[in-house]
Amino acid sequence: MADLKKNSTIPTYRRLQPGTQPTRLYEPYKSTRLRNPAQPLIYLPHTLSEITGPVYGHSPIAETDNDLTLQHTGEPLGERIIVTGRVLDDSGRPVPNTLIEIWQANSAGRYRHGCDQHPAPLDPNFSGAGRTLTGDDGTYRFVTIKPGAYPWLNHHNAWRPAHIHFSVFGRAFISRLITQMYFPGDPLFDHDPIFQSVPDEKARQRMISKFDLETTQPQWAVGYRFDIVLRGPEATPFES
Amino acid sequence: MEHIPTPSSTVGPFLHLGLTEKHSITHIAAPNVKGEHIILRCRVFDADGSPVNDAMIELWQADSEGRYRHPDAPRANECDPAFLGFGRTATDEKGCCEFETIKPGAVPAQDGISQAPHISLAIYSRGILLQLYTRIYFAADSANEHDPVLALVPKERRSTLMAHPDSSRSGHWLFDIRLRGENETVFFDV
Repeated sequence: MADLKKNSTIPTYRRLQPGTQPTRLYEPYKSTRLRNPAQPLIYLPHTLSEITGPVYGHSPIAETDNDLTLQHTGEPLGERIIVTGRVLDDSGRPVPNTLIEIWQANSAGRYRHGCDQHPAPLDPNFSGAGRTLTGDDGTYRFVTIKPGAYPWLNHHNAWRPAHIHFSVFGRAFISRLITQMYFPGDPLFDHDPIFQSVPDEKARQRMISKFDLETTQPQWAVGYRFDIVLRGPEATPFES
Repeated sequence: MEHIPTPSSTVGPFLHLGLTEKHSITHIAAPNVKGEHIILRCRVFDADGSPVNDAMIELWQADSEGRYRHPDAPRANECDPAFLGFGRTATDEKGCCEFETIKPGAVPAQDGISQAPHISLAIYSRGILLQLYTRIYFAADSANEHDPVLALVPKERRSTLMAHPDSSRSGHWLFDIRLRGENETVFFDV
């Protein structure tokens, strides 16, 4: 396979470092047991198929797509928040013009989804889904409502810390990231196997947004910063 | 300076709300796009053989000439704009989903060798904390014998990467994904 390893013409993406991503089969998170391979993954040298990906062709963004408080006739209940940040690659370069999609529970901890059994109220003024594109410097911004914590059936008295699901494309099929953004200081972190499934403490902290006074708007909304780092190409000798 | 990428997490059971309820893409190639049009049906099973009814599948492929629609790819500007190359949708109660597309052409690898026609696939679901990557190849394609990626896979497991024609419906192909256990699909460390 010497042929595949010679990457003379295409960029190779950096590999994920052990411990910085979740453990696939994480016993305390029960659903991982039946849905992850027993056999080791086979190491794949990167080809054009891995380092390209969908950068065009997503459906257009509507005006209220990045403001989840404006999607209905009335205002949703709960704590209005601003979530903003930058999408960068692992060399610190901004990732411009990439699609970010979010979804979340309402302020009572209930998703507008047929399978959500939590007996908390739905909010007729909140759908809980948004999308936006990053700007030239990789920045994005959403206005939404702070989601509530909610129970799940993983173990006795299991509760998920409040979170917003983030989906980001980046430039390659292998830079694609779907993650969850948390809020600082949540007492449920220590009890949440999904949060705890990432072994590396520093990497885990990357999923927690930061309160930001500069983003916070007086008399209107509390601001949180959440920067997202995607895998990127290794620097070539031609780059400074 | 190197930064640690943000950790991945599960899409959870309500992924549809943000990703597929309004923004599924099941037509990877419009009907007028040049190439052999196919309907690709994927099925996902867990370790117990039960259908996984709350997964999302994403596909990425080249066009019939082996061109990826991407700024870093050679000849990308020759791609038909009606060819997206990308699809995604959720599995149904039977663990199935369908895409309308074209069979991709051979894709260049390095130094003049080429990869057999294949589609890259990523799977996301509750219980999957970091997406699983695999590839769909087309059974009985003679190019498979010389494919450099298939060559990395032990012979006895290569069949798990093959889509098969549906004998009852022409132009339809079937691809099964077994996440764990007997005939477990080969997944790649990318």
